[in-house]
This record gives sequence, structure tokens and C-alpha cells, in this order.
Amino acid sequence: MTHEPLLTVTDLNVEYPTKGWRRPPFRALRDVSLTIGRGETLGLVGESGSGKTTLGRALLGLVPIDSGSVTFEGEEISQLKRGARRRLSRDIQVVFQDPYSSLNPAMTVEAILAEPITVQGTSRADASKRVRQLLDQVQLPADAGRRYPREFSGGQRQRIAIARALALSPKLIVCDEPVSALDLSTQARVLDLFIDIQEQTGVAYLFVSHDLSVVRHISHRVAVMLHGEIIETGDGDVVTSTPTHPYTTRLLLASPVPDPAQQAERRARYDALSPSTPAK
Amino acid sequence: MTDAMIIDDAPVASLRRLRRFVRNPLGMGALAVLLFITVAAVLAPILAPYDPGLIVLSETLLPPSPEHLLGTDASGRDVLSRILWGGRVSLQAGAIMITTAVLVGVPTGLLAGYFSKWFDGLASWVSNLLMSLPEILIIIVVISSLGSGLAPTMITLGVLASPDLFRLTRSVVITVRGELYIDAARVSGLGNARIIFRHVLSVIVGPLLVRASFVFGLAIIVQSGLEFLGFGDPTRPSWGGMLSEAFNTFFRAPELVFAPGIAIGLTVMSLVILGAAIADALGSERATKVRAGKRSVLSGTAPVIVEADKPAESATPASALLRVENLRITYPVQDGGDKAVVDGVSLYVGKGEILGLVGESGSGKSQTSFGILGLLPPEASVSASLLTLGGESLLGRTEAEMQQLRGVRMAYVPQEPMSNLDPSFTVASQLVKPMRYKLGISKADAVERAHALLSRVGIVDTKRTMAAYPHQLSGGMAQRVLIAGAVSCDPELLIADEPTTALDVTVQADVLELLRELQRERNMAMILVTHNFGVVADICDRVAVMQNGLIVEQRPVAELFADPQHPYTKMLLDSTLEGAPARGQRVPVQSPGQPIGKDAS
Repeated sequence: MTHEPLLTVTDLNVEYPTKGWRRPPFRALRDVSLTIGRGETLGLVGESGSGKTTLGRALLGLVPIDSGSVTFEGEEISQLKRGARRRLSRDIQVVFQDPYSSLNPAMTVEAILAEPITVQGTSRADASKRVRQLLDQVQLPADAGRRYPREFSGGQRQRIAIARALALSPKLIVCDEPVSALDLSTQARVLDLFIDIQEQTGVAYLFVSHDLSVVRHISHRVAVMLHGEIIETGDGDVVTSTPTHPYTTRLLLASPVPDPAQQAERRARYDALSPSTPAK
Repeated sequence: MTDAMIIDDAPVASLRRLRRFVRNPLGMGALAVLLFITVAAVLAPILAPYDPGLIVLSETLLPPSPEHLLGTDASGRDVLSRILWGGRVSLQAGAIMITTAVLVGVPTGLLAGYFSKWFDGLASWVSNLLMSLPEILIIIVVISSLGSGLAPTMITLGVLASPDLFRLTRSVVITVRGELYIDAARVSGLGNARIIFRHVLSVIVGPLLVRASFVFGLAIIVQSGLEFLGFGDPTRPSWGGMLSEAFNTFFRAPELVFAPGIAIGLTVMSLVILGAAIADALGSERATKVRAGKRSVLSGTAPVIVEADKPAESATPASALLRVENLRITYPVQDGGDKAVVDGVSLYVGKGEILGLVGESGSGKSQTSFGILGLLPPEASVSASLLTLGGESLLGRTEAEMQQLRGVRMAYVPQEPMSNLDPSFTVASQLVKPMRYKLGISKADAVERAHALLSRVGIVDTKRTMAAYPHQLSGGMAQRVLIAGAVSCDPELLIADEPTTALDVTVQADVLELLRELQRERNMAMILVTHNFGVVADICDRVAVMQNGLIVEQRPVAELFADPQHPYTKMLLDSTLEGAPARGQRVPVQSPGQPIGKDAS
């Protein structure tokens, strides 16, 4: 097999129209380029409005791309027609942030998980077998299938969302802040589940998060976004501990550490940064 | 303990909804009545003792008797037979109207809500037009041109009623369309038709059933009204027509109005009750819970904190500004019992001290702070052995007395800055009004003070911010405004409930810094509710860890981080990722952008 990356994004631009006559559109993404290898996690860090969620949605085909190229396994996918895009759903999947609105409250877990499988033409019996497998993979009990999402806690719902993403054995999962809404201890367990699954299946993740420590925990490589641009990319450990860009440094020093002495030192370094570094 | 394993033995939701419906005696009664009426109407040809049109002039206006159970009318026709046959007409009329309304309103609403754009504009315009048309006039035109048959009239009425269902469907669909599960379905490779049928339609069924039962009732009333006015076919027995004839002989036989009147009233009432029962069964569990609470509560007043039976143990230092001992907050639950969300919490905050209140969701940390502020909902019951602020007991204080304290001696900073500012007032009016009320100062003084406060919390252009509406502010700015408001009356105690959780991390650092500065310069006591141990390490002096409504550990910050005692505290600290090794350090480092491990083929 070739050693080319699984996904290559080159000079991607996404614009949103703004209200008002002859106002220039808002450029959510400016010339974004990145690559994701097979089985690799690329962490994407940024604050609100940085465009990190838009990038994920653009790769999923949920946001129209204005210019630039996206190739997946060597095939250009940035301007696909509906039908071709739907075939791609086998390969690229998603886990959203909010485990409450990402599962249809009127459907049982079994129906939610079986849907992507049956839509690809698999028989009901095979789909149901696969659902049991998936529930097992995300460590939910087998009888979870006949229940409704509201009967589960946030962490359990996120496991269901992960199982849905895994249903078609994709090669890439876009994870949009998948642990931000979860409690601390649940967050750690769900992250470990993500890592386990990656090690078992070789799936690649684009892991979008505002939390540097979460990204550090799961990513092989990290990209930092600010105002629609990628300002720093590199090895996960390096970017999250000794960043080169002043904004990343600011981001790192702003996250408090659970150790009063270390935090006092970090706080002092943060306060010493000149307030003119990019921030709102 | 893993979150993956905990699933209670409660029955699945659909069964529970059905059970909730079945347990509602009113709804079941209404359903039984409707079933009875429907069966009677359907079996009218068999059940009716006489031909409903059979005129026997020798037997007019007879009182009820074994031959004529409900008597006879002015033409000697059997009333019972006419009621039974009339039921057929009413139910048919309702069925035709509701079917038309659903067939016209629902698909258009679905398409308008889902695709919006030009179709939405057109359909909404047509629906507005239909709603502005005078119904009665149109019906008269239809009847005079197409005759008094049931179908043309009721189909016209159905079309006229369809905007109601169109608007309902459209608004539900617009809300649903924004849900992430629709995006997830799209990513799963589902086409639009499938998404509409599987995901959107299932959500509208509930509200649609409710509305349809009301429209059905309305159809019966309108149809009866038309018959009553004489727009119906006189050879067709109908409830409205019977009522009309009964009025003609009202002075000779007033009892004739009862049978058709009761039939119409009972049917429509049952439909409305059934609709309400369906709505209840589909509605949130919480609504049922509140209703299940047996105590009657005056609406809208917060519960008074009563003194607990347990005596105060003086576990908190007498010199502390705020002392709370054995605080208990309970809520009524569905089975009639009580559930304690805060179960005997004791804590204290000294003057100029910051106490961190840490826990995961559901631990009761927010409830504890609301309990101290006296801001709990009316259905809560609160008790404590001791609750003092600056030596004064807060036990047994009424809502009005607590109101005097809040904002002046105790202030509050919320988690969601945006939802805690009123969108329809400017920042100026939201800052100035409370100060004038609480401090009794003039408007000019209050405005001046507001400017000073805003610049104190780090807002540069105070003039512009004062004139701004909340939606014009960023989250960080809004939180600064709320903090300015909270400290505006120099409180002794500031309770901040996750004040930085909704903010970006760089904004969080600045807001925490601001809180600490304000706290130091005013020597305020502060309770900081948070789930983030980093935030605790950043600004707190002491920390209380909460789990399941109990404080499991309460110690100075340095001690707790150096040597956590309780297993739960240890578990939480172990779960924090901040400062943990990166993934690259745990697994072999990969070269950027290159395949990893075995090839996925």
C-alpha cells in the first residue's frame, strides 16, 4: 500500500454570507491545509469562533466548501454530488459534542445504531448482530438496544454516539468536542475508549477540542487554530508543552493545573505575557 | 464503578408513556366515552330501534317511555334513533375535516420547515391568506354552489383549518432540523426522504395527535353549528339539526334539547380531555413529578429554610462569616416520597476567604449554593441546624426578608452569562436599576457608579457597553457585566456558580484573575462552585468536595492537593488530564502525517 496520508486538505476556504447588503462574507476558514494519516489522531485546538468546528463540518460535507481541495484516499471529495457523498459515509463518520441532541429521542438505541447499517443494504438480522457487537465494543450492556436515549447518562449517550459512528467501520471519525459536555471522571473513561477503539480498528480521528489537555491525551499530532487559520502544527507533546506560537503559549498558560504551586507559577507566567497577544 | 454498567430496571420509555396514559383516570374515561360513542354510531343501523326519518304524526312530543327511551320529537320521530344516526354524521364530519386538514397541512409544513427557502415563503403566504379568510362566508358560498352534502362542506373546513396544522408542523420541524441527530443521519448516508420519514415525522406525531383531537372537537362543533343554522341537509339526522328543531318546540317540550346537547358536549369534551391526556403522557417526566408532590405550595415563593430537628454541633468556627450546618434539601418524587439532593451539608466561609465547592454533575453543589441564597424552586423543602451570615440566623426568613439580603449582603454570579441578562434591556438599565433600588441612590449617582464598576472589571469603552444590549456582548464581556452587577452593592459574600465554565480558556484566566482581585480589595468572602480542580488550585483558599449531596472532604487547598484523603477525591484528581503525559509519551511516537501501525487495508 502507498504511504500517502488518508486525508489531505489543501488551501481550504469556507465563507458564510453575512447579513446586510454588499457586506463581505465572513471567512470562517482561510487557506487551511492539513493531513491525517491512517490510524492517526490529529488534535485540532482553538477557542470559540476559531473555525475548528467549521473545518470538521466541511470535511463531513455539512458545510459547502468555497475553494481548496480535500482528498480522501487520493480521491477529490470537496465538491461531491449528493449520491457520491452518501457513499462516502462508509468511510467518514462523526461524533458530536452534545450527547443530548445528537441522538433522536424518539428512537430506540437499536434503531439508532441499525439505521446507518440497513441504509447500506444490509439485512435486518445482520444489522442486529452488528448492533450487539457495537454495544459490546463501547462497553454497553446488550439490553441497551431496546431502550431510549433519555434513559442513559451523558457518558453512556456518548458511547452510543461512538457506536453509531463505528457502525460502518469508517476510516476516519471527526470528533467535535466529544467529551466537553461530560463530567471529569466520565471524560477520562470515554477518552480511553476512543484510544482503545483506535488501537483495535486502526481508525483515524480528527479530534476537535478547546481543551489542550484533552487533545494532548489523545493526539499524535496537534494543530492550533486562530481566526480561521492554522497557526501551528506539530507533534502532540511538543505543541502542548513547548509551543512556538505566542497564541498557543497563551492558551497553554491559561489552562489551570490542579496543583496550587505549579498553578501559581503558571499564573505568574500567564500574567507576564503582554496583553497585546492575540485575544478578544 | 463504570458509567457503562449502570442501567436501572425501569421499563422502556414507550411502555412507561403508555402506562402513564393508562393511569390517568380522566384520559381513560374520555377514551372510554369516545369508544362508546363511536361504536354506537357505527352500529346505529342495528342498534336504532326505529328508522330515524320515520314520521308518526300520532306520536309527537312523547315523553320517554319503554317504546321510545328518549321520547319523540315534534314530528313523532324516535329521539334515540336520531341521536345514534346523528352521531354517524358528526363523526364522519369530524373525520373528513381532520383528514383534509392533516393531508393539506402536514406535508406542506414538513417541506416548508425542512427545506425552507422559496417553498417556505410561498406556503407561509398561502397559510396566512387562508387564516385571514372569513370562514362562514366561504362555507355559505360552498354550500350554495355545491349543495349541502357533508363532504364539500367539511373538506372546505378542513382546508381552512389546515394552516393550524401547517404552522405547528413547520415550527416543530424547524426546531428538529437544527438538532445534531439530523446532521448525524446525513453523515450516516441517509437521503432527505428517509430523514424526514424516520427522524422528523416521529417527532411531530405527539404534538400532532394533541392538536388533531382539538381540531376534531372543533369540527363537530362547527358542523353542528351549521346544521343548527339550517345550512345542513334537513333529511339527514344530525345533532345540530336536532338541537335546532328542539329550539322550535322549546316552550312545549324543553327536554328535547338535552339529548343532542349532551351528545355534542360529551363528545367534544372527551376529545379535548383525551388531547390533554396525550399531551401529559408525552410531556416531560418533570411535569408529572411536580404534580405528584402532595404539598400545596403558593405559586412562585421560594421555600423558607426551616430549623432541622438535629441540634447544631458547632462544627463550624463561630467567627466565620457564613456558617452552614446540616443543610438538607429534598424534592418530592413521583412515588410520593422525598429525594434528598443535599443531605446534611456543613460548611463555612471566613471573611476574605475563597471556598471552592467541587463536584461532578448531580453532586448537589449548585443546589447547596441556591439553598444558601434562598433561590430554590417552591417544591423544594429546605432545612438546616444552623445557617448564619455575619452572626445573624437566616433560618425561618421569609422570601421578602431574603430578598433584602440578596444583592446587598450576598451576591451571585451565574454560569451562563447570556441567559442571566435580560435581552430586552440595555446593560445600563440592568446595572442602574438594582443599585437605585438596593442602595437608594439617585439615578445620576448610580450611572456614575456603574461606569466606575465597568471600568473596574476591565471594560474599556464603558459608554458603549452601557448602551449595549446583551446580544451585542461577547460571553466574557457579559460575565464581566454580571460580576460588576454582583459587586455593585458591596456584598460580604459572593457565590459564583461555575462562573467560567461557558467561557474560553484565555477569557477564563482573565475572569478568575478579576474575581480574585475584587475579592482581595473588598475583603469579600466567596464560594466558587466548579468542577475544575485547576480553577480551584488557581484561586481558592479552602476546598469542599461534594458527592451525592454530601461533603466528603473539606480542607485547605494545599493540603488537599498534596494528600487527598477520600477515595472520591483521589479518583477525581486521578481523572484530570491537565499535566498528564501526552499520548506520544505513552505510545511510540509517529512521524507526522504518516501511516501508523499496520495498514488499515
